[in-house]
Amino acid sequence: MARVVVDVMPKPEILDPQGKAVLGALPRLGFDGVSEVRQGKRFELEIDGELTPARLAEVNQMAETLLSNPVIEDYAVRVLA
Amino acid sequence: MKVGVVTFPGSLDDADARRAVRLAGHEAVALWHGDHDLQGADAVLLPGGFSYGDYLRCGAIARFAPVMTEVVDAAKGGMPVLGICNGFQILCESHLLPGALIRNDHRKFGCLDQTLTIENNTSAWTSAYEVGQQVTIVLKNGEGSFVADEKTLDMLEAEGRVVARYVGNPNGSQRAIAGITNEAGNVVGLMPHPEHAVEALCGPGTDGLGFFSSLGAVLA
Repeated sequence: MARVVVDVMPKPEILDPQGKAVLGALPRLGFDGVSEVRQGKRFELEIDGELTPARLAEVNQMAETLLSNPVIEDYAVRVLA
Repeated sequence: MKVGVVTFPGSLDDADARRAVRLAGHEAVALWHGDHDLQGADAVLLPGGFSYGDYLRCGAIARFAPVMTEVVDAAKGGMPVLGICNGFQILCESHLLPGALIRNDHRKFGCLDQTLTIENNTSAWTSAYEVGQQVTIVLKNGEGSFVADEKTLDMLEAEGRVVARYVGNPNGSQRAIAGITNEAGNVVGLMPHPEHAVEALCGPGTDGLGFFSSLGAVLA
């Protein structure tokens, strides 16, 4: 059993209204010195059996097909111990 | 003509869409997201709403609904397909149309009568209009901001595939794009709702009817 994390972030050139809302809220709470907030998604996948390179390639496929929309988002796959 | 209107879990405007189809003189056929069956429809309409609760991304899960296999195949074969609002999002997620729709730049849900300029009257769904004609229909969305990379935007403009553009820009859409079509002109995605502007009694008028009556011209 392995745990694989897929991080999905809006592409840098895509406006991120949610991140902007969070950025606007921080100074109101007294948190200063933050110049940018980007909000993304984190998926944690429990993979049955051994995490072979083929299985990992499949996770990349999942990330590209469903978990992210490549038109507006980038994704990164990493394996947790 | 038989126009299939797909109902997904969370669709809201399917009944209004079927009504608009009938008012334009066509037969409306209710299609179910879970069936691999277009029931002999000559055209398909993906209505607005919040399919699958808009979980993950708007339209991301609806794209993989069983009926979409047939819709995508039919669209590639030239069948007229119109996606309104959530339907537009589904068409983008299905890669039948380029670009994507993200949260409005002002972060608020907008609900208003919106004027558009029709810029393409050669698509299957816009032939009833004149190029340059202004129509006022309902706009209601939280995630209606159309985005695509510059290259794609330039291509859409150069090929005349911007079907309708907002007068003003109510949601931060790039180049104020309200609707686009595919290369063949049979697939159209539109963020505002023509099906809510088909009767004088309710809504801002009957300007929306042309999207549905256009179909007759193409299929006749």
